[in-house]
Amino acid sequence: MSKQMEQFEGSNEYVVSPQLMNSVNIAIALEKPLLIKGEPGTGKTMLAEAISKALDKELVIWNIKSTTKAQDGLYVYDVVQRLYDSQFGGDGVDDIKKYVKLGKVGEAFNSEKQVILLIDEIDKADLEFPNDLLWELDKMEFHIPETKETVKAKKRPIVIITSNAEKELPDAFLRRCIFHYIEFPSQELMEEIVKVHFDNLDEKLLAQVIEAFYWIRDMEIQKKPSTSEVIDWIQALEIGGINPEIIKKEIPFAGVLLKKNEDLDTVERVKRRFKY
Amino acid sequence: MFSAFFYLLRAKGLDVSLNEWLTLIEALDKGLAYSSLTSFYYLARSILVKSETEFDKFDGAFLEFFKDIQYFEEIPKELLDWLNNPSEKKDNYDKEQDLFNKGLSMEEIQKMLLERLQEQDGEHNGGKYWVGTGGMSVFGNAGNATNGIRVGGQSIRHSAMQVASERKFNDFRNDTVLDTRQFQMAFRRLRQFSSRVDAPKTELNIDGSIDETCNNAGNLKLVFEKPRQNTVKVLLLMDSGGSMDYYSNLCTSLFQAVSKSSHFKDLKVYYFHNCIYSKLYTDPYCIPGNWIDTEWVLNNISSEYKVIIVGDASMDPSELLGVSYYNYGARTSVTGMEWLKRFQNKYEKMVWLNPIVEMGWRSGFWRQTYNTINDQFDMYPLTIADLERALKKLIVAK
Repeated sequence: MSKQMEQFEGSNEYVVSPQLMNSVNIAIALEKPLLIKGEPGTGKTMLAEAISKALDKELVIWNIKSTTKAQDGLYVYDVVQRLYDSQFGGDGVDDIKKYVKLGKVGEAFNSEKQVILLIDEIDKADLEFPNDLLWELDKMEFHIPETKETVKAKKRPIVIITSNAEKELPDAFLRRCIFHYIEFPSQELMEEIVKVHFDNLDEKLLAQVIEAFYWIRDMEIQKKPSTSEVIDWIQALEIGGINPEIIKKEIPFAGVLLKKNEDLDTVERVKRRFKY
Repeated sequence: MFSAFFYLLRAKGLDVSLNEWLTLIEALDKGLAYSSLTSFYYLARSILVKSETEFDKFDGAFLEFFKDIQYFEEIPKELLDWLNNPSEKKDNYDKEQDLFNKGLSMEEIQKMLLERLQEQDGEHNGGKYWVGTGGMSVFGNAGNATNGIRVGGQSIRHSAMQVASERKFNDFRNDTVLDTRQFQMAFRRLRQFSSRVDAPKTELNIDGSIDETCNNAGNLKLVFEKPRQNTVKVLLLMDSGGSMDYYSNLCTSLFQAVSKSSHFKDLKVYYFHNCIYSKLYTDPYCIPGNWIDTEWVLNNISSEYKVIIVGDASMDPSELLGVSYYNYGARTSVTGMEWLKRFQNKYEKMVWLNPIVEMGWRSGFWRQTYNTINDQFDMYPLTIADLERALKKLIVAK
């Protein structure tokens, strides 16, 4: 067992469960993309940032939108610009390279040092999107026909992929990944996470917040609040100078936690029932 | 050696490929399981299983395969910490001790370990009796004994069997009923692309541009075209109120998923109570007055729409087949069944989704209309797998 292998052990800004840490290290050791799933707000994107900081490597983020195509990540050939330039006799029109711009994946491959490549929310793109990237992520290279060049990874990047969704990524793609599902943190882990974000948090406030939070999560709620919402909530409570005693009774600033009218109504109803 | 585990996983319905299995073997070669069953559990799961919906199956298979494996009570944490960080290494191979060790059976070693754990109160490195590092006893790690039990070195704090037997991913199994997100994913299957749509022309047509530029005496002229877009139109008819109240959460999720699916070219939603009659309601509260004529829908919504009916198909038989039942003027002498058949005749692509996954207590009386409608229409239970089947049915050509 080689001990000099790079190990990710969390950072002082990101609390990581041992299982997740393990998955990250497996993915790094096996040189396979790590696919992270989990409820929104459980810190999937934050993970890549934490790894980048902990291992002191540059982070390249490719944010996926519904219109993103796999090609965009590799390179873009600006045909239209070239045609216009040729019309007006601009300089260097013969040089196709001038019109080929590397995308995020290309950038990561081209980097001299090993980088972390985060492909964020891959499920937002078209259904076939992941399939179009199979070869590139497997072989860590791609060909640009226009310039007859092959871009090959100088240092194999550590690839982190996040996804919110359920079961829409193609099989062939999944088979090449290491998979980790971020479970919703337990109360203890949540306390630890909150403490990382706030320096001098009143213990009483924290206990009350955590209790109220898990109580709300257990209700019949359509959009359950998650870690990032708790952190916003505590911030709101601190700024508002709310007395910890009333937190569970009144759930002040509930709008920070819950984003749906129906959910706010549900909490109101449960609150009223418990008052008497 | 344990390929049997591979076949067991496949037999349990986990679609593990040879490739993934080889990756696992590679990982084991690299020592990523750290000789611990718990690490092995997580390692195998992260490589072989690609969805939290399958974790439960994996847990089941893991329990079954490794149920006979022996593991020990928890080792005290201080002991482990020290075992993981051996403070000395010794060249103390002792032939006599080795011969004695070899004579021990696995049971004897286990018994001895349990006894030692009771007695031992501190660190022991390099000895031959206590649990320790670099020694000749049959326990501990980094030692010179040729057989025995590894204690520490890597964590065994939380036994894999315990993790697997918690079966905490039971809720994620996808044969259970689904949520909005899952619905949405399913509805993405409803796509048929065409470029004959109303959209801005944004895609460069290279052939067209070359032709036009030539015709333009060499002066550049670019031609753009419309991108291809989804042309699927959906007509959603939902049963609301009464016996459907039991499924209101489920139906709300379904409705949200459909209405959020922005990729449809057009979406029309109407409601009915129990069965479709001469009026369709425009909101889920089914208030008389807020309605339109069913006749109008049949005449104005073209047959290229794909129709999805959501209902439990459970009603009084007279509500489906009778003509005289009073219903706020929404009824005429045409029976409910007849209306349903009119829809079926007009729309080639039509499926019925039923939130009742199991009939359960609804036997006898309620089942009559269920059976009648089930015979006449393509009815699917509202679970992921069946919804996907239903939507496929809407897409394929006949």
